[in-house]
Amino acid sequence: MVNAKVPEIHISQVQFQPEPQAADGQLPAVAVEASPIRRFLLSRGNSAIADRGFHVLMVLCAFSIFGIVVLIAYELMTLSKLAWGTFGLDFFYKAFVDTYSNQPLYWDPVNSHFSALPFIYGTLVSSFLALLLAVPLAIGVAVFLTEMCPRVLRGPLAFITELLAAIPSVIYGLWAVFVLVPLLREHLNPWLIKLLGWTGFFSDDNPTGLGFVAAGVILAIMILPIISSLTREVMTAVPHSQREAVLALGATRWEMIRMGVLRNARIGIVGAIILGLGRALGETMAVTMVIGNSPEIHRSLLANGSTMASVIANEYAEASSNLHLSALTELGLALFIVTIVVNAFARLLVWAVTRGAPSATH
Amino acid sequence: MQLKNEHKLQNRIRALTDGAATGLAVLSTILVVAPLVAIFIYLIYKGASSLNLDFFTQIPKPVGESGGGMANAIVGSGVLLGLASLIGVPLGIGGGIYLAEFGRGTKLANAVRFTADVLNGVPSIVMGMAVLAMVVHPEGHFSALSGGVALGIMMIPTVCRTSEEMLLMVPNAVREAALALGVPNWRSVLAITVRTASPGIITGCMLAFARVAGETAPLIFTAFGNSNWSTSLNEPIAALPLQIYVYAISPYDDWHRLAWAGALVLIVLIVLAVSLVRYVTSRGVLKGAS
Repeated sequence: MVNAKVPEIHISQVQFQPEPQAADGQLPAVAVEASPIRRFLLSRGNSAIADRGFHVLMVLCAFSIFGIVVLIAYELMTLSKLAWGTFGLDFFYKAFVDTYSNQPLYWDPVNSHFSALPFIYGTLVSSFLALLLAVPLAIGVAVFLTEMCPRVLRGPLAFITELLAAIPSVIYGLWAVFVLVPLLREHLNPWLIKLLGWTGFFSDDNPTGLGFVAAGVILAIMILPIISSLTREVMTAVPHSQREAVLALGATRWEMIRMGVLRNARIGIVGAIILGLGRALGETMAVTMVIGNSPEIHRSLLANGSTMASVIANEYAEASSNLHLSALTELGLALFIVTIVVNAFARLLVWAVTRGAPSATH
Repeated sequence: MQLKNEHKLQNRIRALTDGAATGLAVLSTILVVAPLVAIFIYLIYKGASSLNLDFFTQIPKPVGESGGGMANAIVGSGVLLGLASLIGVPLGIGGGIYLAEFGRGTKLANAVRFTADVLNGVPSIVMGMAVLAMVVHPEGHFSALSGGVALGIMMIPTVCRTSEEMLLMVPNAVREAALALGVPNWRSVLAITVRTASPGIITGCMLAFARVAGETAPLIFTAFGNSNWSTSLNEPIAALPLQIYVYAISPYDDWHRLAWAGALVLIVLIVLAVSLVRYVTSRGVLKGAS
C-alpha cells in the first residue's frame, strides 16, 4: 500500500514541473511557434503583470478606507492642537468662573473662554432621552415583526421602518420645527410641568418649546429604525429549535419570546442599542434645529441646550478666532473618537451573535 | 381543590401576560408607523401647495419679494452628487472587489470590513470638519469641490460593503468557468463577476447616493451655499438640503413654504431610489446567474 502511494506523488510532482517551466522560459515557447491558439494566448500580453496590477489596485481601494480614518484623525488633531495646548484636559470638565457675577462662563468666543462641558452634557442628555423612548418601541416592533406579524404585513412594515431610516435629517428637523415643537409646547409640556414639575426636571421658564425634550423625541424617531432592524436581525439569528423547545414545554407565546428568543439574543440587542446610541451622539441637523442652541447647563429638560454636533454646525463656518476654531475642532475630535469606540464595540457585540447564523432576509 | 384553583389562576395570569405583551408589541408598531405617516402627510400637504414651475426654474429672490425657486440648489446638488459619485463609486467598488475576490477570509479583509462599518457610523459633520482642514483651508475659500469630496468620502463605506455582498452572491462556478477558458483573473473579475453582480452593485451605489443626497451637516462648511447661479467647482455652491435648512430656520413665511417644497422634492427622489433598491433586491437580481 505504501509503495503504491509513493509513485503517485512522484507522478504528480513530475506533472507540476512543466507549467512553471513554460511560464519561466517564454523565449523557447515563442521559438517553437506552434498552433494559432498558442499565438493568440501570447498576443494578449503577460496576464501575470496585469493580474498583479489589478490586485494591487483593488488593495489600494480597500486601503482608502483606512486612509480616510487616519486622515480624519490627523487633520482634526493638527487643527485642535492650539486648543489642546491652551486648555489641556481642563477643556472637558472645567469652566471659567466669572469673578463679578460668580456665574460659570462655559462658552464665550469673544473673550476666548471655551469649555466643552455644556455640550457634553447636552449630547449625553439628549441621547439618553432618545434611547429611553426608542429602545422599548424598537424592541416591540422587532418582536412584532419577527414573531407575531402575519406574513402579509411583514414586508410593508419592514419597508416602512427602512423608509424612516432613509429620510434625511434635515427633513426630520423641518417637521420637528413646524409640527413637533408646537405640539410639545401646546400639549405635552404643560402636562409634564403640572405632573412632574416638583422633580425640578421640568420647569416652566422656556415658552418656545425648543429644548432637550424636543431633541430627545426627534432623535428617538431617527434612531428607531437602526435599533429595530438590527434587533430583528439578531432575533432571526436565534435557531428555531430554541423556540420549539420552549413551546413544547407548554409556554405561551410571550414566554417563548422571553425565554427562547430575547434571552438568546440579548447580547446582540445590547449591541443594536449601543449602535443607536452612536447615531444619536453624532446626529446633527435635526437636533440643531430644535434644541435651542444655548451653551448652558440647566437641570430642566425643557430648557434650551446645545450638543457637541450642534455647536459645530452653528459656529464652525464663522469661527471668530483660531482658538475658537481649534476648540470646536477639539469637540469634533472627541466626537470622532467616542463614536468610533461606541460603533466598534456595538459591531463586535452584534457580530458575536449573528456570526455563523443565516442572515436575515425579509 | 385549592391546588387546582391556584393552578387555574396561574394559567389565567400567564394568558393575560401573553395578551398584554402582544398588545404592547402591536401598540409600539403603531407608534413607530405613526410619525412616518404624519411626516409624509404633512410634507405632501405643505409641499404640494407651494410647489410650482417657478420652484424648478428660478433662483431664490431676496427677502420681501415673493416667489422665487430653488433651481440653483437643484443644479448645485446635482454637481455635488456627481462629484461625490466620481470619488465614492470607483473606490467603493474597488474595495468591495478586494473584499469579495482577493481577501476572502484574510485578517486584512476582516479589518477593512470592520473599519468600513465603523466609518459608516462616524457623524457626517466630523467628515465635513476634516475636509474643511484638508481642502478648504489650503484653498482659502469654501468650494463645491470640498463639498463633493466630503460627500464622496461618506459614500465609500456603503458602496464597498454592498458591492462585497453582491459579489459574494455570484456563484463560484461562474468564476471557475471563466478561469477554465483561460481568461486572466482581472478580466474574469471585471467582465464576468462584476458584470453578473452589476444590478446589485448599482442598487448599492444608489443607496449610498440616496444617503448622501440628504446630507446637510458636512455641506455647511464645505459647499457653504450660494444664492446665485454657480456651477464652478471653485466657488461656493448651493445645495438642496442646505437651502432647506437655511430657509427652515429663517423667520419668513415665504421661505418656509420654499423649504417645504424643497423637502418634498428631496424626499420624492430618495423614496424613489429606496423603493427601486427594495424592488430590485427583493426580486433576486442574481437569479439569472445561477
